[in-house]
Amino acid sequence: MTASMESMYQQIILDHYKHPNHRGELEDFDAEVHHVNPTCGDEVTLRVQVRDGEIADLGWVGEGCSISQASTSVMSDLVVGAPIENALALQEKFVELMQSQGNNTLSEDEVEALEDAVAFEGVSKYPARVKCALLGWMAMKSAVAEAVGPASPATEEKS
Amino acid sequence: MIDVEVIRKDFPILTREVHGVPLVYLDSANSAQKPQVVIDAEAELYAQHYSNVARAVHTLGSEATHAYENARDTVARFINAPRRDEVIFTKNISEALNLLAYSLSNAATFPGAEKFVVGPGDNIVVTEMEHHSNLVPWQLLAQRTGAEFRFIPIDDEGRLVDAAIDERIDENTKVVSFVYQSNALGTINPVARLVARARQVGALSIIDAAQAAPHLPLDVQALGADFLAFTGHKVYGPTGIGVLWGRYELLAELPPFLGGGEMIETVSMQGTTYAAPPHRFEAGTPPIAQAPALAAAIDYLSAIGMENVREHEATITAYALDRLATVPGLRIIGPNTPLDRGATISFTMQGIHPHDIAQLLDEQGIAVRAGHHCARPVCVRYGIPATTRASFGIYTTPAEVDALIAGLLKVQEMFG
Repeated sequence: MTASMESMYQQIILDHYKHPNHRGELEDFDAEVHHVNPTCGDEVTLRVQVRDGEIADLGWVGEGCSISQASTSVMSDLVVGAPIENALALQEKFVELMQSQGNNTLSEDEVEALEDAVAFEGVSKYPARVKCALLGWMAMKSAVAEAVGPASPATEEKS
Repeated sequence: MIDVEVIRKDFPILTREVHGVPLVYLDSANSAQKPQVVIDAEAELYAQHYSNVARAVHTLGSEATHAYENARDTVARFINAPRRDEVIFTKNISEALNLLAYSLSNAATFPGAEKFVVGPGDNIVVTEMEHHSNLVPWQLLAQRTGAEFRFIPIDDEGRLVDAAIDERIDENTKVVSFVYQSNALGTINPVARLVARARQVGALSIIDAAQAAPHLPLDVQALGADFLAFTGHKVYGPTGIGVLWGRYELLAELPPFLGGGEMIETVSMQGTTYAAPPHRFEAGTPPIAQAPALAAAIDYLSAIGMENVREHEATITAYALDRLATVPGLRIIGPNTPLDRGATISFTMQGIHPHDIAQLLDEQGIAVRAGHHCARPVCVRYGIPATTRASFGIYTTPAEVDALIAGLLKVQEMFG
């Protein structure tokens, strides 16, 4: 057991924390949500723009622990430009990974689809921190749900 | 002086490894580790003497009762209580303080308890540095009775604002409940000053000694307060047992909190009369195995000597404050000098979240606490979401403080 392999803090996580992607306020958006994780006091405000069944753009601002901030950055990279269906499927896979307590049973294809998000696997061994990693993903799911329904005509109107 | 290396051998957990490196346990303010004598005492009660207490006439019942009541004598000696029947066993300190708060609100409808009634126009005073156990029960009491809830504010260094003591505690104050040593800041409060002011206005004074009991000699007669409470697991004892001490003349008139077995004198369908203290406040089957284990912890501490404990921890704390001051970007939340402060140090580090610090220290085998330490108003006061907290005990060595410093520098390097 070497400390570096075991570490929850993979280099990818630290890189995303120091240089987060899609961080910033989106000007043109269809929904905005604000999510809080009371464990660490993490916060994220996330906006999405939905066009033709795709997450056309996404922007977020937040503060908190490195896990919450880096995970939101990784999530943004994965879902911007993706069909909503795929984004939500990835979200489910990530939740599954986080609930695996360090013994994930995801297939190779699923692991590949999660890309950098796999680096958070170590977090699943620490129940207190799982909510940190899920914060941005949960915010994305709510924002998309808000953007597409139930008032879908409103979405059409904007596009 | 105490020999820390000899003491460490008494704590089996201190030999274990975490993530492949020796454990450095700096979270004793959260809960202290247990010496073998405590583990043995609890096991021995179950293995040799177990039965319910106070009601069985058989041999085991008698032995268990003796062990339980002997523990009461041990606690009474530990805090220099004038009478053994002033010592009430509770589940923990939260229950001890809730017991008081509920007994006070029961006074309104309890014949003969008029002097304890709290109501509209009265006020209840705590401090801004209370942990939730000594804050929420009093907020709830104020809510139930219509009394005003007040607090004495803290200054930038984490000490009570002295001028506010006489102002907040006034002629309408019925209860003053305050922490002896802060779990979040390490501050040791001016107990004599607070107790004197409470007495001057005729208020009950209550000392939360959860963080003081493991670190300082306690003498309830010298402290002069009306009540004092602490919990077993922080004095190297078992979980599931706490202590409430009160002046006998007050306990004798205080209404009960929980009703049940062992707290009664006679029971009929028309009404019940209540046992004398302490049993009036110990409804139901008590922590039978935990009481002798708590006594074993107290005997263990007493053999070391609480003055020696204080001296050892003062040395470690002064050393840690000096070393922490050398870490760039580190801010101590609470007094940054050893004067009137205990072996608990909270801090923040520029740009790194306390949970990240604590998790990365854990990966190096170092256990600290991160969060608001069940004293959220303290964090709000300093405009921070949380702190990292290192706390020391009788087994803490300077080498462990060095490990903490090295660990913090490594965390900074990773986030740099």
